[in-house]
Amino acid sequence: MPRPGFVLEVDRSTPPILYWRGENFSLEKLPAGRSRVIYPPEPLAPLKDIDGAIRHALLNPHDQDPLPALLFPGMKLTIAFDDVSLPLPKMRRPDVRQRLIEAVLDMAAEAGVDDVHLIAALGLHRRMHEYELRHALGDRIYDAFHPRGMLYQHDAEDYDNLTVIGTTDHGEVLEINKRAADSDLVVYANINSVAMDGGWKSITTGLASYRCLSAHHTGHTLQQTRSLMGHREHSALHQSIWRLGKVLSDHGPKLFQIETTLNTDMFPDPYGFINKREWEWSTKDRAMFLGTTKALSRTPIKLARKIFQGIEGPHQMTSVQAGETSAVHALTLAKVYEQQLVPVEGQTDILTLGIPFVSPYNPDGVMNPVLVMCMGLGYLFNMYRNKPLVREGGVIIMTHPTYRDFNPVHHPSYIDFFEQVLPDTTDPVVMGQKWEKQFAEDEWYRHLYRTGNAYHGVHPFYAWYWGAHGQQWAAKVIIVGGDGPTVRRLGFTPASTLDDAFEIAGDVVGRSPTITHLHVPALLVADVQ
Amino acid sequence: MGDKKSISITQLRRLAKIGDAASGALSSVMQPVRSLGFPYLKPTRPKGVVVPEEPSKLGTDFETDWARKAPARAARKVFTRGPLKALVKAMADPEVVGTDRLSDLMELDPSPAVIFAPNHHSHVDTPLIITAVPEPWGSKLVVAAAADYFFDKRVKGTLAALTLNAFPIEREVTTRKSSDQLRRLVDTGWSLVIYPEGGRSPDGWGQEFKGGAAYLAGRTGAPVVPVFIDGTGSIFGKGMKRPRAGKTKVVFGAPLFPQEGENTRRFNARIEAAVTSLGDEALTDYWTARRRAAAGTSPKLTGPEYNGWRRQWALAEHRKLGKAGQRRRQQRRWPDLG
Repeated sequence: MPRPGFVLEVDRSTPPILYWRGENFSLEKLPAGRSRVIYPPEPLAPLKDIDGAIRHALLNPHDQDPLPALLFPGMKLTIAFDDVSLPLPKMRRPDVRQRLIEAVLDMAAEAGVDDVHLIAALGLHRRMHEYELRHALGDRIYDAFHPRGMLYQHDAEDYDNLTVIGTTDHGEVLEINKRAADSDLVVYANINSVAMDGGWKSITTGLASYRCLSAHHTGHTLQQTRSLMGHREHSALHQSIWRLGKVLSDHGPKLFQIETTLNTDMFPDPYGFINKREWEWSTKDRAMFLGTTKALSRTPIKLARKIFQGIEGPHQMTSVQAGETSAVHALTLAKVYEQQLVPVEGQTDILTLGIPFVSPYNPDGVMNPVLVMCMGLGYLFNMYRNKPLVREGGVIIMTHPTYRDFNPVHHPSYIDFFEQVLPDTTDPVVMGQKWEKQFAEDEWYRHLYRTGNAYHGVHPFYAWYWGAHGQQWAAKVIIVGGDGPTVRRLGFTPASTLDDAFEIAGDVVGRSPTITHLHVPALLVADVQ
Repeated sequence: MGDKKSISITQLRRLAKIGDAASGALSSVMQPVRSLGFPYLKPTRPKGVVVPEEPSKLGTDFETDWARKAPARAARKVFTRGPLKALVKAMADPEVVGTDRLSDLMELDPSPAVIFAPNHHSHVDTPLIITAVPEPWGSKLVVAAAADYFFDKRVKGTLAALTLNAFPIEREVTTRKSSDQLRRLVDTGWSLVIYPEGGRSPDGWGQEFKGGAAYLAGRTGAPVVPVFIDGTGSIFGKGMKRPRAGKTKVVFGAPLFPQEGENTRRFNARIEAAVTSLGDEALTDYWTARRRAAAGTSPKLTGPEYNGWRRQWALAEHRKLGKAGQRRRQQRRWPDLG
């Protein structure tokens, strides 16, 4: 029986706590009596018969006919699936998407469906490499569909293959992939790692055009998104997406949503100490920690990155549900919260976050400074329900080397964003008005996005907007162990040690502030009362 | 030339002399032993008595339990992971796909014993499957081998049991005795390789599946993993005098479990259909194979209905699609225009 998450009140006998520092770790002693650590719940037990559960979900969907009843000869079937940003780290083969899509294809084959297209729902993310597609879908599907042009990746800039479905009462235009729009049935294969994903967001962002996405991916909307992982009514972003979902359900193609949840068993055996509570580390765990950290501190960064990006997580499926999007998503959210929710009493003056080597936007790539901001203020800060863990006007302390390093293949526009936009402004609304259009419409970035493996030119803005609420909420953000000039360029304060960071924070929150550390990964959502 | 001949004759004479001397020495050594007689030597048989024949220890009665004891397992591990693997790589260059379909069984602790049911074209199939089966099954694998072929002589049987962990089984009908022994093996965690066709293909096309694998699955409760092997028929097919190196492909299918109320015949038909579909997948692709399987139009393993040269002709065309075709594909030769 997995233990639920819990909040540890730090006392004198509490051992030092594990912090991520990019491609390494450190142990940090937190002040006794005024610090607490939030530990995630242990991984839920996976489904015993995964393929059986998938088949059962397809045959017994929610508020929808069984999948075989929706399939008929001569129809156009489109299967869209989540891209490489999920799950993190990548899961051991076979990936959930492969299992889901093979089950759907089996039924399609039995129904005599010939016209099947598989589309990677990228949105404005980078195109997946062949090895990533093979990992997600398996060699069988890749070899059968890709050579025939029946497996491809969504292009949010290919306006010949995009079509307008309708407009919301707020004037937001829903424009999605034409093949999907013209299909008799669109099946969406989703992996739900965090509560903000899935639901109507799957198609209305994954298969949408840049024009469509730009309506709600703005600095202003994200500043008003007060509960990205919690209640939808407090998230301006999700309100907009659900309005677009209504247009899609009223005027778009017939949809069949399949959503899955994974447990938080994210790291394999040698890295087992990451998922454990420090006082429960065995001799082996301590030896592994010491060996790993000492070795990594002497390892060239490129090799360290390669080691970490090569990790395949043992996470397994805990639920699968299919049918009508809203009905399915409600069940998915319940399961996500069952795995991730931790009740927490009250807010804190200082929130500390260890930033890992990976975010949804750098799988197999570099965690550049913009993504450090996005991961800290956009993702980890937002892992709350009801209200943020840190009080308004509090301090956020992150630990990461924040090297000035970019992957020019994946993040070309991030480089110019860092060099041109950030020296000018770090305000999401100002940069949106002044700079966004220039980056979004740049022909070279557009070319790299459409033909290479680059994120869309506008993507660094969206990554920055993701942290807009956290940026506005916290009076000061400090990065421990980061490259000084780079951290300052982000608008944050550098510190060499965590104790120094507490000293610096004292200017804002006083001499004896309360401190809370979010012990991630594994993922957790703090339900702040 | 004459010199060479005279030298060789001289050498032969010398060798004969050495041989005579050796035989003389041996007989002089053995003489005292012979003089000891019974009980140091076999007893002589008195005239007029009939000695009852010892029960046969060959065929299905061949004792192979020793081959699953620790010393034999250790020796086999060294042999299969070293020389056998290298030989298979050199002769058959296998491409192994579909092991991800076994991942759910692998995750179970302990992983259950399974019955691998491949098609059978060649003696190369067994070394190939032994080296292709993933762990945890690879190191606890018993190969069901035709008792009348592999266990008709003591030396042959011993070698088959030691190197391949072969177990004698009847070709046509699995007897209760064999099935009891195999069930005991499965119960103790040993997985089986059973060729449901009962023997190698006589003409390059497959044969109808016999019910052995399905029957054993029903009796033991072990899942059957269908396997398709492509390309071994042209490496060392039945009737070939010597092997020719080539390429092969091994495709593992999803495990099949006997369904409630399903008799052996129906389960066997399902196994055959699964291997047929994997064969189609190996020669075309996953989606084509799935659609044909659903429509019941997968090309049969047993080949076309007609006989004679047209059947052989079709076999050549069929092989071109597979791994054998890759070997035979000639590099384009450009004319030398000076």
